[in-house]
Amino acid sequence: MTRRSLERKPLVAGIERRLFLRQTLSLGALAMLTGCDISDGDQVQSVLHRLSRWNDRAQAFLFDRQRLAPSYAESEAVRDFRYNAYFPMEAVPKLAAADYRLELAGLIADKRPWTLEQLYALPQESQITRHVCVEGWSMIGKWRGARLGTFLERVGADLSAKYLGYSCADGYYGSIDMPTALHPQTIMAFGFFDETLPAKYGFPFKLRIPTKLGFKNPKWVTTLYVTNRPTGGFWEDRGYNWFSGL
Amino acid sequence: MTADILDGASAGAPAPRPVLHPLSRRIMHWLNALAILLMIGSGWRIYDYYPALPLDFGFPYAYTLGGDLSLSEARNNEDGLANALAWHFGAMWLLVLNLAAYLAVGVLSGHFRRDFLPLRLAAFRDDLVAALRFRLVHRLGEYNAVQKLLYWGVLAAILVTILSGLSIWKPVQLQALTWLFGGYEFARVVHFFGMAAIAGFIVVHVSLALLVPSTLFAMILGRGPRRTHRAEEPRP
Repeated sequence: MTRRSLERKPLVAGIERRLFLRQTLSLGALAMLTGCDISDGDQVQSVLHRLSRWNDRAQAFLFDRQRLAPSYAESEAVRDFRYNAYFPMEAVPKLAAADYRLELAGLIADKRPWTLEQLYALPQESQITRHVCVEGWSMIGKWRGARLGTFLERVGADLSAKYLGYSCADGYYGSIDMPTALHPQTIMAFGFFDETLPAKYGFPFKLRIPTKLGFKNPKWVTTLYVTNRPTGGFWEDRGYNWFSGL
Repeated sequence: MTADILDGASAGAPAPRPVLHPLSRRIMHWLNALAILLMIGSGWRIYDYYPALPLDFGFPYAYTLGGDLSLSEARNNEDGLANALAWHFGAMWLLVLNLAAYLAVGVLSGHFRRDFLPLRLAAFRDDLVAALRFRLVHRLGEYNAVQKLLYWGVLAAILVTILSGLSIWKPVQLQALTWLFGGYEFARVVHFFGMAAIAGFIVVHVSLALLVPSTLFAMILGRGPRRTHRAEEPRP
């Protein structure tokens, strides 16, 4: 062999390898950026789903029953709070105060439904906290209501159960973990600022949970239940994380 | 007989090229590259749903990660954010665990001390001037001062982005951290610019790797290509 061919051979091989590697890399980058194929495959979906369940456990571990969400001055709170639901404002459920009954189900000793009058008689408190939406926007508001923990004790709910479930007049549904249900800032909010909670914000009440993302703060609640079985939820069944704690 | 063949082979061949990047570092480098791409791709879509900056600007949908929009609508009646979030909060584990391993190995093996230190201002100035004049000679396996500073810089950017991300994810449980980043809303802005700094690094880093492909070789195969290395090897 001449000297020349000896030198050339590894060089050509090197270039070929280099090109191959570069093409592989850019192909991978392209697949990643366009996203379609890698996200929509069933196997990828199932891995993402399992990671989301793992994140539920990690967040439950991080959740501190005593730690309070930061409170703000009333001047920082927004009166013209953003209306937010999966339907336009004209479709907001308008429940009649006199006919309203809060239904109870599951692991609760006294399942008699509650009238609004009975609910209003519960001890109430106010909070000025930040509502954080899963989309990224946030807004500070002032809500007034009764601690959910107090209510659950009154009706003899099994407080060692895993979940508190809710369903609403608009077809919305979901559940939260019991430690969050018993958190001191988790309230059945009957009022917004100093008025009765308006229909667009969830009359007769919304669960105001400042340790959860906004979509875990259900409005127009009509049923509460206690269970040990995982229930999913309206957005959770559409791929959002179940725990969604802050 | 085996010995004969080996002898024959080694007599004419050059001395074995030293390993510039051990296998562990190469694996962690590419896992990190994957994690960062997943985080940025999904992060861009999350950003688009409610931009942190008061600008009329969004990332083109085609460059975001989170699956096909129409499929998401059809299958889940959901407009593509859930998938992006699932990617973001899934890939974060890969990013953080891999980075923790990289930092531990980097400190314990002496890689940081040997290759990223010392960082001297004068050397940085000289190397930067040389680089801008395209006169900076790249010696494979040796880190010049500009490189050193870039690597420290991107490590800092990744750390700030992770921490500000944690403060957005858990503004109640980690409220001290959120406060440190100027509150929930400002932490989102910090998170965005942390991403921008990392993206800027990637542009420079990838351009340089393509300009000096022997570095790309070294990060894939561990050693530089034969020719480059031979040219650089000091005489015994």
